[in-house]
Amino acid sequence: MNKASIRTMTAMAAALGIAAGAAIAGPDDELVINGEIRIVTRTEAPAHLEGVLDEIRSGWTFRTEETQALEMDDFENPGMVFVEEAMSVWDTAEGTAGKACADCHGTAEESMLGVKAVYPKWNETAGEVRTIEQMINECRTDRMGAQEWKYHGLDMTQMVALIASVSRGMPVNVAIDGPAAETWEKGKEIYYTRFGQLDLSCANCHEENYDNYIRADHLSQGQVNGFPTYRLKNAKLNALHDRFKGCIRDTRGVPFGIGSPEFVALELYVASRGNGLSVEGPSVRN
Amino acid sequence: MAEGVKARVKAPKSAAAGESVVIKTLISHPMESGQRKDGNGNVIPRSIINRFTCEFNGQSVIDVDIAPAVSTNPYFEFEAVIPEAGDMKFTWYDDDGSVYEDVKSIAIG
Repeated sequence: MNKASIRTMTAMAAALGIAAGAAIAGPDDELVINGEIRIVTRTEAPAHLEGVLDEIRSGWTFRTEETQALEMDDFENPGMVFVEEAMSVWDTAEGTAGKACADCHGTAEESMLGVKAVYPKWNETAGEVRTIEQMINECRTDRMGAQEWKYHGLDMTQMVALIASVSRGMPVNVAIDGPAAETWEKGKEIYYTRFGQLDLSCANCHEENYDNYIRADHLSQGQVNGFPTYRLKNAKLNALHDRFKGCIRDTRGVPFGIGSPEFVALELYVASRGNGLSVEGPSVRN
Repeated sequence: MAEGVKARVKAPKSAAAGESVVIKTLISHPMESGQRKDGNGNVIPRSIINRFTCEFNGQSVIDVDIAPAVSTNPYFEFEAVIPEAGDMKFTWYDDDGSVYEDVKSIAIG
């Protein structure tokens, strides 16, 4: 726990006349968006993490109060500007079929409710685990007759942000059993494999050292419930695979390709480590 | 002409007379600084919002000169005392001569 939150907790305890040491949550543990969407930012770890982690925490809990506050109001969340942009794309017809997303799917608020919570997901027709990005591109090429979007381009990422935004507050619950199990195992293997000159696995930082600092960076658990994220450092929406790529690059390794089977598997595994947290995207991070 | 410009304002619908309220404004705008070059080495011309004003019943509340270093989608948040019911008018002035406006009515009560 950082100093600021200890101070705030002490102040709160004093104000409420509660004995010091009483277990009350600091104000930075509560994320409520627009005063109505309650986000679970800390919860019990899913069963498959038994013996590894007791509690899972959204990346939001690792950020400063100022950054945290940006996510509490859609007006102040810069990511929502992109969501609005995606809303107009949703209604715009494109491609040879002259169709818009809305022609088949109706409103995103209804048809996409809960989608972000369960992706990546096994796709029976394709015979593989698919991400939302892959599904969007399949729609574009097969049903709209439009060009594919670049996997981590702005068009794609803001559409994913729109799809995420309508499910905010719903618990992440990706399936890891059945046909998805093989992909999940592959993702788990990647998670625990050391990469690069620095010889680091995902687990070295995000499992063994979360809440510690790596130079000036406050390490989080590397949860992905908040993706796509608006990052203050680059003032844009960041796609998940782009983030994976950045992380592997930081180990001085050669990253897998964006949209590659390896990253899809890793996405499924990392998402499953956040089963129980709320969908939070587009979140605000530093 | 800058594309995709959209102004947004968040203001309370009502306030007590004399109350200080928080006003939040955001305009989507690329805010091209004029310092950057394109792939061919040509300077991308400056295109920014250079002024933002807010008036309440014709009286100036805030008047901001904006310079090229201000980032994309400029956001302004300020407090204003509401003495009476009326209209709060927001105006953004673009380098290209475009003027974007929004009006919010605030009631007393």
